Amino acid sequence: MSNKKNWPLWEIFVRSKNGLEHRHFGSLHAADAEMALENARDVYTRRNEGVSIWVVESKHITASNPEHNGELFEPAQDKVYRHPTFYDLPDEVKHM
Amino acid sequence: MSEEQIRSLEKQFDERIARDEKIEPKDWMPEKYRHTHIRQMSQHAHSEVVGMLPEGNWITRAPSLRRKVALLAKIQDEAGHGLYLYSATETLGVTREELYDQLHSGKAKYSSIFNYPTLTWADMGAIGWLVDGAAIINQVPLCNTSYGPYARAMIRVCKEESFHQRQGYEIMMKLANGTPEQKDMAQDALNRWWWPSLMMLGPTDDKSVHTEQSMKWKLKRKTNDELRQQFIDQTVPQADLIGLTIPDPDLKWNEERQSYDFGAINWDEFWQVVKGHGPCNKERMKARVNAWEEGEWVRDAAMAYAEKKQERKQKQAV
Repeated sequence: MSNKKNWPLWEIFVRSKNGLEHRHFGSLHAADAEMALENARDVYTRRNEGVSIWVVESKHITASNPEHNGELFEPAQDKVYRHPTFYDLPDEVKHM
Repeated sequence: MSEEQIRSLEKQFDERIARDEKIEPKDWMPEKYRHTHIRQMSQHAHSEVVGMLPEGNWITRAPSLRRKVALLAKIQDEAGHGLYLYSATETLGVTREELYDQLHSGKAKYSSIFNYPTLTWADMGAIGWLVDGAAIINQVPLCNTSYGPYARAMIRVCKEESFHQRQGYEIMMKLANGTPEQKDMAQDALNRWWWPSLMMLGPTDDKSVHTEQSMKWKLKRKTNDELRQQFIDQTVPQADLIGLTIPDPDLKWNEERQSYDFGAINWDEFWQVVKGHGPCNKERMKARVNAWEEGEWVRDAAMAYAEKKQERKQKQAV
């Protein structure tokens, strides 16, 4: 194995067409952002899958820890009043 | 963590998979799950990468520009598939360098079918039709596997793979309808690739060591024998259609089973190739290691250039 620096890992986001958001497509190694863009084009858009690409070096992404899912996401579970079906209206009101 | 805690986590984990929930990279998982996935996924990635070599042999000798661009596109797809799978494997906490090292040192395996030589142009047809055909049968169930990054990579791979099989079958069809020499060439390729393609679907169920655990983790949804039968039943009519003969004198339609009965597979040959004694094992690894070592200066130069550009940018900003 060489002692030289390996190409860092990049996360690739692709907008498949205008009007849609960029979506995570996968990751790849590249020496810099420019090469990451070029490689992403070859790897993820060979069949017209995209009109725009974002690349972000993986180390810059901060992710939530699934072990803390309880305290992060459970508080939303008992707040049913945030949903429209929580409110009782007469049937005569057809669409609201 | 105490043993009891681990056991309780394992139980919850198994229940999640049984409920068809996906496992994502940062979720807790049993060490064995992680290891088995690193092994199978990297083996899969290595197969895509080594699989480029037998076909690369024919790019410059493709009989027409149409065939050449198709073959190039197929091989480029395989590089892409290797990359999707390596990236997915890296989410389990192993580096790309380690994975390459395992391949190059012979520690990791790849599909043994790529250790057979590609002797004629018809082999490009046989590989696309049979080898990619068998691969699709193997891969479609994996689109639903429990590990999220693997399932997502497989969905993309399967979408792209059907062009591979169709381009192979088209080559065979054209040769089978050509001159007597061309038809012989197609038949010869089928004769050589048929049995290795059946072996590609793995040892028989009674000899397959990982099946039970892999079924539980949805890393496998059908057994090797079921997949093999499916492959045979689907391929025999395709051979009939273009007037080629499957090289198995015992092949016979079984009305009762609504499936084909087939002859004995030479498993000694399979194990010989797996153990490194196939016709091209050494050649394949040599080509792969050379490509990696001789490309090192390019990778280093790209990194050095990226760093220089970065420094220049920072200086300008000051």
